[in-house]
Amino acid sequence: MATTPDIVRICRELIDLLPDEALERARESRPDLRGFGVFPVYAPVEIIHAAGLMPVGLFGAGNRIELSHAEARFQSFICSIAKSTLELFLGGHVQLFEGAVFSSICDVARNLASLVKRNAPGQFIDYLHMPQNMYSAQSSAYTRAELNRFRTNLAAHLGRPVADQAIAESLLLYNRVRRLLRAIYDHRRQNPCSIAAADLFAVAMAGTRMMPEDYLPLLANFFDQVRSTRVRARDGVRVVIEGAFCEQPPIGLLETLEAGGCLVQDDDMMIGWRLFTQDIDGDGDPLAALAEAYLRESVYTSVRHDARRPRTEGLAQRVRDAGAEAVLFTPAKFCEPALLDYVLFRSKLDKDGVPHLKVEFEEKMWTYESVRTEVETFAESMLFE
Amino acid sequence: MQTQTAPDKDYRGTVHTLSRDIMTDWMTELKTAARVPVPSAYLMISGNCVEILRCFDILPVFPEINALQLAIRKNSLPYIIKSEEIGYASDNCAYVKADVGFTLCGGVGESGTIPKPSLIVCNFVGCNVYIKWFEHCASMMNVPMVILDIPFVREDKPSREDIEYVMCQLRELIAECERLTGRKFDIDRLREILRESARAERGWTRAKELCKHRPAPFDAYFDSINMMGPINALRGTKEAADFFDRIVEEYERMVADGVGVLDEERFRMVVEGPPPYPYYRNFRNLFETWGAVAVQSTYSTVGGTWEFGFCHDPDRPLESIAEQMIVHNLCNRSMLERYRQIKCYVEDWHADALVIHSIKSCRLFSAGQGDMREYFTKDLGVPTLMVESDLEDPRYYAEAQMKNRIDAFFEALQYKRLRQGGGGFSDAPAGTMKS
Ligand code: SF4
Ligand code: SF4
Repeated sequence: MATTPDIVRICRELIDLLPDEALERARESRPDLRGFGVFPVYAPVEIIHAAGLMPVGLFGAGNRIELSHAEARFQSFICSIAKSTLELFLGGHVQLFEGAVFSSICDVARNLASLVKRNAPGQFIDYLHMPQNMYSAQSSAYTRAELNRFRTNLAAHLGRPVADQAIAESLLLYNRVRRLLRAIYDHRRQNPCSIAAADLFAVAMAGTRMMPEDYLPLLANFFDQVRSTRVRARDGVRVVIEGAFCEQPPIGLLETLEAGGCLVQDDDMMIGWRLFTQDIDGDGDPLAALAEAYLRESVYTSVRHDARRPRTEGLAQRVRDAGAEAVLFTPAKFCEPALLDYVLFRSKLDKDGVPHLKVEFEEKMWTYESVRTEVETFAESMLFE
Repeated sequence: MQTQTAPDKDYRGTVHTLSRDIMTDWMTELKTAARVPVPSAYLMISGNCVEILRCFDILPVFPEINALQLAIRKNSLPYIIKSEEIGYASDNCAYVKADVGFTLCGGVGESGTIPKPSLIVCNFVGCNVYIKWFEHCASMMNVPMVILDIPFVREDKPSREDIEYVMCQLRELIAECERLTGRKFDIDRLREILRESARAERGWTRAKELCKHRPAPFDAYFDSINMMGPINALRGTKEAADFFDRIVEEYERMVADGVGVLDEERFRMVVEGPPPYPYYRNFRNLFETWGAVAVQSTYSTVGGTWEFGFCHDPDRPLESIAEQMIVHNLCNRSMLERYRQIKCYVEDWHADALVIHSIKSCRLFSAGQGDMREYFTKDLGVPTLMVESDLEDPRYYAEAQMKNRIDAFFEALQYKRLRQGGGGFSDAPAGTMKS
């Protein structure tokens, strides 16, 4: 049985891989496997998996590649993930893929889907319009139809059916993955010193670089290890991280936040891959079940608008559930949904008397000195209050 | 080399006066409603369903027009700064910031010029910022909000489920309007309103069509604003439909007399992206100097792409409203559809060049325009200029730099033309186009 550091090391290696490299790794045991890109935030990975493909998260390229083509196509005021994701396609790093799916999270992602489509001929690039009205009498039917449209298009591209039965089986598999992730997150909420924020991030993200069948035992092993390891308590300001739902922060930033005196109790990183608050019923029509889960059993995010469950309440609840004292907003630079939501979140936290700090990031961030000073000052001001 | 500046001639002719008059009437109504409340609702421009509100005599209020007015009157910056003080980022859509700042400063409600809405109708047609903007308004003013989620165009045509989803939401909106006003929905009244909408839309189509002529009777970018107010905000009224009848008469007369909007039309361009409203006149002059006229523009079609033949249909009232919202407007269509639209403009409106005005704060328009430039220059061989500023925030407009880029572009275009033998680029010689 691998130890926690071993697992974290494996995961850190995995999340550093470019999409083709991650797929190559998986092909060592499944030589014919093809990949399918999943741009954040949410996509029905079950359908992709049921089609016999490996769903691979497209989270840009960190600082692994230089932007030689994408910079000319996206202006300076566009987030890094959009640029480097396009670069992945233009630079031939997604060649072993059948295609990719994007969704209606923001205007940038929507235009990115078009650009990828034009610049990746031969691949199947789809764009999902996920519902923003959760309560119309037609919301369920529409959402199911949208998932079915994706299934039908993917099947047509592959030239083979993607059957309900296969989707239902994938659903159960992903249920188990998500259930474990929920349990690990729960454990971290109770014992924030037991898992470093950067480590949990690496472990959660590794799931977007592996087949779920291979990921599941790794995750279970990790959970066993952290549960059984006794850790020394550390002092720190207990925080929730908010705003990193799409582009993911560099691991160095997470380390800096904790080194600066914070203990991360909860966060919204990789949220699309662990969106559901409970298991999805796999017995009936799997697409209808997925649609219902999206409408009714999803965690709040800045790109999903639920008229009856305001995101400000979602954040307040997350802070309460985590027993956190403060919120660190970590939006990606230029991320419109995060930056707009910040206004409402901030006002809510001010009303509730919850301190907060905003720290923006981008992929090519390489020095964290000023962030560290800011976080230290923030943490100190709270510890000595 | 062209260095003289364009004469500061009054391009604001009859059409501008007519447009200003009917828009002023509507704004007076808004001002009155701010003091003596009548049912009113916020709505966004793109692919809107103003006809439904009109059917209940709910006064439509458009925060985008509010933001636009602030910018064009050079008043937007203090409001933008006000918003930034409460946490908006310098990178957020400046339309939102100007409108929110204006609201915070008391511009909305009894002491302002805009009524506090009774209802917020968030028509999410393409732009994701719309939802946030309206959520912020709803939360600031404590006003109920209805969301109309319009599925983005992602197939050749909308599916049956897309249309049913939108129709269902329209019916739900109607029920909300019934509750708000205490009135029963009258479908015959809606049909009447849609008849007026269709009359205005036919006028729009005809006016745009007339720009295929050389010289073009109006600038389809800068002057389209005169038509955009009436078609988007006042659509469904007799006044708006009459306005279009009048302007078509005017433009037809100009075409018959061979009169163009410019004294000499030397370059025909298609413009992509909204204008820099705080420097509207300056920006326009930079093109006029070169005798460059926009024969088509994408921005003018945010509300509707009527020039391609769509009209509301009184015989299919809700269906045609749904179709307009889903398909027949620029915002709800993909970048690749926009490429097709521009290509058609360049070909059918006989343009020499494409000008892309990239807007820092509007990512719906701007994200990825570098690829658009690539496609038009490399794949299609259309001379393309890309310049950057903002539609609302005056801090992003650098006149000298803008002028340099524009001058260099048209100089190169002129030189190319001379080398090719001095002839026109377009294959539409004066007076031969019949549309
Ligand atoms: S980081 Fe933000 S702006 Fe960029 S694609 Fe993701 S949600 Fe959109
Ligand atoms: S992002 Fe663009 S389209 Fe959207 S509200 Fe702002 S200016 Fe309008």
